[in-house]
Amino acid sequence: MKPAAFDYLAGAALADAKSALAAGAKPMAGNQSLGPMLNLRLARPGRLVDIAMLPELRAVTETATGLRLGAAITHAEIEDGEVPDPTGGWLREAAAGIAYRAVRNRGTLGGSLAHADPAADWVIVMTGLEAMAIIDGPSGRREVAMADFITGPFATVLGDGDLLVAIEVPKPGVDARWGYWKFCRQIGEFAKASATVLVDPAKNVNRCVLGALGRQPLVLEESQAVIEGRLSPRDAVTQALPGRSPEALALHATALERALAQANGE
Amino acid sequence: MGMGNEGKTSGKGVGARLLRREDDRYLRGRGRFIADMRLPGMLEMAFVRSPLAHARIRGVTKPAEGGASVFTIDDLTGVKGISANSGLPGFRSSTQPVLAQGKVRHVGEPVAACLAENRALAEDLAELVEVDFEELPAVHDMTRARDADAPLLHEHWDENAFLESTVDIGFEDAARDAAVVIKRSFRTARQCMAPLEGRGLVAVWDRHLEMLTIHSATQMPHVVRTGIADCLGLDQGQVRIVAPDVGGGFGYKGILLAEEVVAGWLAMKLDRPIRWVEDRREHLTGNANCREHSYEITGYAGPDGELLAVDCQAIVDSGAYSIYPFSACLEAAQVASILPGPYRMRGFRCKTWAVTTNKPPILPYRGVARTGVCFAMELLLDAIARELGLPAEDIRRRNLVTADQMPFTNITNKYFDSGDYPQALERALEAIDIDGVRARQKGQSGVKRIGVGFSLFCEQGAHGTSVYHGWGIPMVPGFEQATARLTPDGGLELRVGVHSHGQGLETTLAQIAHEEIGIDPAKVKLVHGDTAYTPYSTGTWGSRCAVMAGGAVGTAAAALGDRIRRIAAHLLQARPEEVILTDGFAKVGSAAVSIEEVARTWYQKPQLLPNDVDPRGLEATEGYKTVRDTGTFSYACHAVVVSVDLQLGHVELLDYVIVEDAGTMINPMIVDGQVQGGLAQGIGTALFEEMQFDSSGQPLASTLADYHLPVASDIPRTRILHMETPSPISRFGQKGIGESGAIGPPAAIANAVNDALAPLGAEVNQIPLTPERVLRALAMGKAAAE
Repeated sequence: MKPAAFDYLAGAALADAKSALAAGAKPMAGNQSLGPMLNLRLARPGRLVDIAMLPELRAVTETATGLRLGAAITHAEIEDGEVPDPTGGWLREAAAGIAYRAVRNRGTLGGSLAHADPAADWVIVMTGLEAMAIIDGPSGRREVAMADFITGPFATVLGDGDLLVAIEVPKPGVDARWGYWKFCRQIGEFAKASATVLVDPAKNVNRCVLGALGRQPLVLEESQAVIEGRLSPRDAVTQALPGRSPEALALHATALERALAQANGE
Repeated sequence: MGMGNEGKTSGKGVGARLLRREDDRYLRGRGRFIADMRLPGMLEMAFVRSPLAHARIRGVTKPAEGGASVFTIDDLTGVKGISANSGLPGFRSSTQPVLAQGKVRHVGEPVAACLAENRALAEDLAELVEVDFEELPAVHDMTRARDADAPLLHEHWDENAFLESTVDIGFEDAARDAAVVIKRSFRTARQCMAPLEGRGLVAVWDRHLEMLTIHSATQMPHVVRTGIADCLGLDQGQVRIVAPDVGGGFGYKGILLAEEVVAGWLAMKLDRPIRWVEDRREHLTGNANCREHSYEITGYAGPDGELLAVDCQAIVDSGAYSIYPFSACLEAAQVASILPGPYRMRGFRCKTWAVTTNKPPILPYRGVARTGVCFAMELLLDAIARELGLPAEDIRRRNLVTADQMPFTNITNKYFDSGDYPQALERALEAIDIDGVRARQKGQSGVKRIGVGFSLFCEQGAHGTSVYHGWGIPMVPGFEQATARLTPDGGLELRVGVHSHGQGLETTLAQIAHEEIGIDPAKVKLVHGDTAYTPYSTGTWGSRCAVMAGGAVGTAAAALGDRIRRIAAHLLQARPEEVILTDGFAKVGSAAVSIEEVARTWYQKPQLLPNDVDPRGLEATEGYKTVRDTGTFSYACHAVVVSVDLQLGHVELLDYVIVEDAGTMINPMIVDGQVQGGLAQGIGTALFEEMQFDSSGQPLASTLADYHLPVASDIPRTRILHMETPSPISRFGQKGIGESGAIGPPAAIANAVNDALAPLGAEVNQIPLTPERVLRALAMGKAAAE
């Protein structure tokens, strides 16, 4: 379980990193997902460019509508409140539930999203919060809604030479309510089922998202009906996920029920 | 027995809660494991392993560049395969080639060995080796292995079974009177033992001594020595096995490894040290090798819950090969002999098959077959109790062997040496607050339901010649020996052939020496794990070290004590029988001479020795065997309260009590540690651990993200309560305890879950208890009710 040989480029400026990426290098930040894949030789990049300390990716900036978090901000920095939390605590709580502390110390927000593990926390949480991915690519910068950023299991819109540089998290309205619930059998494991519920009356947002589906997160079309109690979470999940086993449906429905209960302050 | 109660008065002998001496180096990261060893000129070895479960090998192509560092079975001239055949009638014999020969029989089987300056380069080289496989259908389901159309793994056999055996002791007569007959099917999962340190070895050839030394993370250096010499055609005097610090064994390292044979041959051939360190992926994909049983079991009981008879058909998935030295028959043979557990019954019939499948060869994991049979027997008892409307404790009270029946010979001729099994149950009931739990259960209606469950079992430890010789396998334990030697500065060296890899023997054996001759345990040095320094032993397995090595050390120390007394008596102008060894001194009344002075006298001032001194000096090697060699029987009752989330099928452990009788405890903290560590593994078996294989024999987990081990947060607050019924057959009354903790949890936890689910008509009969299995059981219960 030793990686195949690769070149390692560190300490470069963003421009250098981008030219390395354009030449086929793979970016590496906290190395919590890529590292094991390298060791298992499932990933065999010829060249790695370390982006963990790039100032642009470590920056935190407030915008008119929210907060822009550099992609190399670690889970632990969010958990510990070392960076502002525009949601008033939802991000901190989600961060604190990621894997375990050793992973959170090194793992990054952007790395987790770019890796796009279907069961990962940020993948569903950022989709649930309607965050935006800020991508710096060969043809300049672009912003992509998180629901569109992740296109499948371990798949994103990131193309050759693209780098996820920041995530913009919108600041919710004053009456906004939030629920995030995931089912992990063991502390530190990936979720078997997860769900978020965002109710933001000021912005007219009613959003239910299911995660840990083995695909990208699913934004429920019937979110508003579920939130308003016109459609049971169980029925909503059953309709939205045809072909799943009864046991899997039970777990996803329970996750949604419990996220909804949280959002409702129950 | 030496000094009697020295330990009680000094706080350092038998019964003392001494901190473990070895922990100082472990906790500071100063242990020396295989992965810490670097020898000049050493090459690292990586293997090309089979990606297929069953295939013919048409050819192996070595890379043009580096091919000289790639070795296949055809290169290994003069090497014999590993054979571990049983003498039991009907046993089908097989040989495991040390590198695949013509065929592979499980994923992960080594096909070629690749050498390079470091492991990464060796893995690079392994990737370049091309193996031309012709894939064959695989046998992945033990219940189908013997089907007429199943592909044969070993083509000279007529069916895929190492051994089939039947035990029938008065079954028909006993079953006839049954008021209730309860039948169940139980399954346990295939697991990885997952010690913190995997396997590993460094093989070194010494031209001067013409000796092959293999440093190996092994539990049984002397047995490995015999096996290596046999496979490589060497005299045993040319082979030395050294076990350094070893990071957990659990049975995983109680084996002669193909990797050891290959590395030994290469070290001799190339005259360079060869190292191999197993990585986690090799462990998970190529060595899921324990626990997989299937039971079709029927209980016959009277109206009051009296167990009349048990009938069982059990299959053990023994994997592709018969491992050395335990063979492929050990586990299935155990099933048939220990299934009755601590219970009385009038009739017993058990048919077992050790089947061969395209999976890694089965090894005896901590508890061996006991974890499975305890699961089957204890769940069966609860099913009978539910049918009869009895509480779980009542059916056990009705059928447990009682204290006044001890010693008791059970239906399969197991000799229970001592104990009070019902008292263990009663203490557990009280500690778990059975009345309080039952009161909380009344009127439960929410999403979470609590349940309480029990398991009772006895653990045969230190079993000897009479138990093993009948199996005709390559190893039969006999006498155990130890050497006790006083060094010139008055320190004590103990030499034993067992090995300590977490058991704390450096501490407990020092306590035993202290018990015998009063020497400070801090001055005792344990020499172990090295065939060059230690007396022959079958090694560390079967919960035998405390009893066998402990007995041997006690015997040798006592013999040494006699010699010390003789010299001390002369120095003190007294008679030897007047000398008392205590606190580092030999004393007669108020006169005393230190052990150091005695040692100095023997080694450096022989002019002061008496004329009748024992000329063998201050070094004694003595042998030991228990009073009977049928084994000590420790026993335990596990009691657990669980909460089951009906929506998620999630099982949470709320409270856990273990009442354990280890006989006389040498060090109660070490006993607690053994039980606690075993419990964690048992919880893994009960709730998490499962290596699934698909129909082509592919293991479905290759990292610890997919194979779920228990972690600290999964272990509940646990109370371990002790009974101390001395064994009449061991030197200090101690009993083997090493496996106990891993035996009881699956049965107790599953019984507790079934207790919680019973009002809903649901029952789980397969471990691990995953959410999916619990939810399916609930759905079936619901469907049955409708």
